[in-house]
Amino acid sequence: MSDSDVLNASVSELHRLLAARAISSEELTNTYLGQIEAENDALNAVITLCSEQALTDAREADQTLSRGEGNPLTGIPLLHKDIFCTQGVRTTCGSHMLESFEPAYDATVVTKLKAAGTVTLGKCNMDEFAMGSSNETSYFGAVKNPWDLNCVPGGSSGGSAAALAAGFAPLVTGTDTGGSIRQPASLCGITGLKPTYGRVSRLGIIAFASSLDQAGPMARSAEDCAHMLTAMSGIDAGDSTSADRAVPDFAAALNGEIEGLRIGIPREYFNEALNPEVRERIMAALSVLEKAGARLIDIDLPHTHYAIATYYVIAPAEASANLARYDGVRFGHRCDAPTDLEDLYLRSRSEGFGEEVQRRILVGTYALSSGFYDAYFNKAQQVRRIIAEDFHRAFEAVDVIAGPSAPNVAFQRGAKQQDPVAMYMEDVYTLAVNLAGLPGLSAPAGLINGMPVGLQLVGKAFDETTILNAAHRLQQDTDWHTLRPNFGAFQS
Amino acid sequence: MSVTPEDIEKVALLARLSIAESELPEVTERFSKVLDLVDELNTIDTDGVVPMSNPHDMTQRLRADTVTSHNAREALMASAPVQDSGYFLVPKVID
Repeated sequence: MSDSDVLNASVSELHRLLAARAISSEELTNTYLGQIEAENDALNAVITLCSEQALTDAREADQTLSRGEGNPLTGIPLLHKDIFCTQGVRTTCGSHMLESFEPAYDATVVTKLKAAGTVTLGKCNMDEFAMGSSNETSYFGAVKNPWDLNCVPGGSSGGSAAALAAGFAPLVTGTDTGGSIRQPASLCGITGLKPTYGRVSRLGIIAFASSLDQAGPMARSAEDCAHMLTAMSGIDAGDSTSADRAVPDFAAALNGEIEGLRIGIPREYFNEALNPEVRERIMAALSVLEKAGARLIDIDLPHTHYAIATYYVIAPAEASANLARYDGVRFGHRCDAPTDLEDLYLRSRSEGFGEEVQRRILVGTYALSSGFYDAYFNKAQQVRRIIAEDFHRAFEAVDVIAGPSAPNVAFQRGAKQQDPVAMYMEDVYTLAVNLAGLPGLSAPAGLINGMPVGLQLVGKAFDETTILNAAHRLQQDTDWHTLRPNFGAFQS
Repeated sequence: MSVTPEDIEKVALLARLSIAESELPEVTERFSKVLDLVDELNTIDTDGVVPMSNPHDMTQRLRADTVTSHNAREALMASAPVQDSGYFLVPKVID
């Protein structure tokens, strides 16, 4: 089997090969580590490698497999976004503040994926503290999109998305607070799922906005995402917001049967902000689902427009509280020779945080400050309910809501860096889904001038199965998810 | 609503961030742009709407008050930038 066959194989195929001992996890791990070592300089997608530990874990997985034991993920390599705490392995969150932070424990997601037998290759670059839609805010430098090295990969899980698209791993983890899995998945031509709020434990994920943050899988297909989601999900005593819901075998539930599935098309998602060529690709993807038996139904989500304003109060407010812990005392960056306690706080934080993080802390502090709390934070939480109720009403008549994941394909680096509001508009179709706590995924829907487009599917709370199944059907009937960038091992 | 550089200095102090004098005009301008964006919320009627802090309106789960994790003091202290004898060190606060 050639390297490029391995790099193109689905998780199910890899599992069959591993279980049949046609390939070892050690060989697989070496193949992927080799890819990263050869090609990462061009992308800057991976910022920490765990080669030695990965090979040890791979050999252990091989032992398990040779006993005829294991499960669909045993011996499969993966990369983690550098927002997940990994015991003894530096976890930076893309920030100078945590440049040398080595957590004392693993995030629950890391523990669960380890328990499922996966092999951690390393950690992926990301926007600083997950704040950004282009992966340009990382202290460790911008990440490049393997489809066009002059373009951004999206953010904040842009390192994860670029790494997956480039063939650095068959699975990667991401987190999504306002679109940070779905938008980079769209811009890098991969499949990424943000689960229902509460589906996946947040313990050990460096907190950004606690009522919005969710971790999820990013992979080459809906089926691969489903395998990973099953391993990641479940109630956790360490996260009191994790949901006490049974976790189905998401992959086993994929039958591709969508006869009679009611897909809502919100008029507000096809507005003037949407690139007409993206609209065309999205409509083409929807007609594939229609031919497979789904019914397309026009719906309204009348308060969609307010999602950006609502999000940019709630997320910074929660972030300003969460990031108050970085004080230069207990962990993280500490300034040199502080003259007094005040100086220690001020300089440690100003030196440790980048520009976008500081801007959001300022906005959040303002929104929570005396005299403005009601006008901003309370008001935004009220509008949040109105936005969530739009979705609840729509889901009385439809099973899935579909639209674009992002208004455009990947843009050039630097194009939106000077204007925070223009950057925020990147997430116009994804933010509301986090506000309502619903599951959403992005699946490839073809290319425009060689750059990927993503179809977003949103489901009812805790119904990831239905959107995964619709994406699975799309991927049975089209080959968009098998398209690869002309990069590295995929170069023609 | 526009804000003044003085407003920004006050908020920065509350957030324990220091902004260089030379950067203040630009920070103020970009902050104002974000505020203009979020001021759109004032155009929507929210009378009687209960604020939503959790998307599923979940409340905190309770558990029995029993010890669930081991003492990891040394492992956690290892992350401290400056420490001595099991204490976090800070500049002198009392003369």
